[in-house]
Amino acid sequence: MTAPADVFAAVQSQFPAVTARPTLDHPSINVPVGDVVAVLTHLRDVQSMDFLVDVTAVDWGVEATPRFSVVWHLLSTTKNNYVRVVAACGSDTEPVAPTISHLWAGANWHERETFDLLGVRFEGHPDLRRILMWDGYPHHPLRKDFPLAGIDTPLPDLEVGELTKATAAPAPMMGGPFVASVGEMNMTDAEPSAKDESWSERSNKPATL
Amino acid sequence: MPTDYAFPDSAAKAAAATEAPEFQTEKMSLAMGPSHPSTHGVLRLSLELDGEMVTKCDPVLGYLHRGDEKIAENMTYNQFVPYTDRLDYLAPLANNAAYAIAVEKLANLTVPPRCQAIRVITSEMARISAHLLGLGAYGIDVGAWSVFLYTFTEREKLYKLFEELTGARFTTSYSRIGGLARDVPEGWNANVDAFCDQFLPILEEILKLLTRNKIFMDRTIGVGVISKEDAISYGLTGPNLRGSGVDFDLRKAKPYSGYEQHDFDIPVGSKGDCYDRYLCRGEEMRQSVRIIKQAIKTFPGGDWYAKDAVRIFAPRKDKVLTSMEELINNFMIVTEGPQMPAGEVYFEAENPKGALGFFIVSKGGGVPYRMKIRGPSFCNLSILPKVCQGNLVSDVVSILGSLDFVMGECDR
Repeated sequence: MTAPADVFAAVQSQFPAVTARPTLDHPSINVPVGDVVAVLTHLRDVQSMDFLVDVTAVDWGVEATPRFSVVWHLLSTTKNNYVRVVAACGSDTEPVAPTISHLWAGANWHERETFDLLGVRFEGHPDLRRILMWDGYPHHPLRKDFPLAGIDTPLPDLEVGELTKATAAPAPMMGGPFVASVGEMNMTDAEPSAKDESWSERSNKPATL
Repeated sequence: MPTDYAFPDSAAKAAAATEAPEFQTEKMSLAMGPSHPSTHGVLRLSLELDGEMVTKCDPVLGYLHRGDEKIAENMTYNQFVPYTDRLDYLAPLANNAAYAIAVEKLANLTVPPRCQAIRVITSEMARISAHLLGLGAYGIDVGAWSVFLYTFTEREKLYKLFEELTGARFTTSYSRIGGLARDVPEGWNANVDAFCDQFLPILEEILKLLTRNKIFMDRTIGVGVISKEDAISYGLTGPNLRGSGVDFDLRKAKPYSGYEQHDFDIPVGSKGDCYDRYLCRGEEMRQSVRIIKQAIKTFPGGDWYAKDAVRIFAPRKDKVLTSMEELINNFMIVTEGPQMPAGEVYFEAENPKGALGFFIVSKGGGVPYRMKIRGPSFCNLSILPKVCQGNLVSDVVSILGSLDFVMGECDR
């Protein structure tokens, strides 16, 4: 089994821009978004990380810069070790990352899902459609500015929507789940309440919903 | 005949060869599902057909999308346990354990051997239960009705044991971060052991109904062949990966929860067709029984939850009602959630359908900042467009059954 430092050292000797990323388990590396395909190809062909476990992204919050990071998990089926590759996307409004669906066929759906739920566009993807939400859905639900309750949107079938006047309406989680806020000075604010504050007992439905 | 796709099926090949160009018709599009019995839930396959042959297959997912990852970001770690029941709802006990181990990894917490053994036993029972359902439903898909009746009789016995242990037959919610909901009841292990003893001969009987069944063999052998390279490239896991001849099982490769102490074999297929995947599942059940019997034989005493994790595992109820400190602790854990350090972890466990993974990003506190769930069925289904192309429609049914997916964890 390769020790964590070895994978990192081997990658860094080839790609000096790669840095180690703090992690609680597997070796984890930060890669500039432009080097992603080269680094992942290197990991696959030289380091025998032959299995793409997962592709996902993290939204670090509306104010954060860079706001979006794409995360790849690789696994070696021969050496039984994992590595996590993280790349921060350049743009905070229109995040873009390169596709790796030509390296692993399984990346196709993972990238579609990441695009669908977080709005990260994968450049060069052969068929970047939504996969879990319906075609034509206007939002990216896993973004931090999307409320848990949801946003009022037209039904997937516009004809049915027109006939019934129904919409995909938000459903606030009134009554739970309750989570206490940690470290607040005000006892009232610290009390257990629904975590999603955009629409709860204490704050009215925002006009944008 | 434009042959931009291959015909693995011999009948399809013959039909393509004899068909005169003047008989060629327009391609037909057919929606299979979301309520087709062979799609085992709410999967829709948008098929493009040339006669009986599939020229294009486009799976449409999302009918069961509930936004589990978004929900996880809005509740404490323990509050999410019931949601894990509903991922692979055929093996909730295995999901509970996988999720708890992932969060414990974040907390750098080791649970006592007794807790690990209980998790191994319940996970393997869940595996048997899930494979039995998969097998029974597969039998119906390809025209063998009676298998279903046999497997459901056995599943009923398992459900009775689940109920004795967790209080629920289906949605067990048995794990807690740092332990379990409760210890095993008295005599439960003996009941499980007795179940295993009577189950083995019945399992042979069930498998005998299919393994040398001429109709079943004709419908599965050589159908839906997935090569080793494709299986890895598409990220297949579980019996689907091993059916294609890749000897990889997380219980052996990355042992967790004490699997390294148990002696068991990993069945591996040779051809990667539907029949191989079926054989792998059958053998996995025998191995699961082996693991359960070993775990019961060496069942450790001692604690069944991490006693030192006072900020993570809620104290016992009798203590909460009598001691001030435990009362405060209980209140903090319930309202603020188990306190976790900041950081990123990924853990995946070998579940019945494949590797169920949790990628947790924590900023500290009792609520995850981001939780990505890797559903094995999602990855297993991604190979459908490739493997269905060039097959007959009836083979699509056979392939779907052999992939043994569950939409709960595919759509999340």
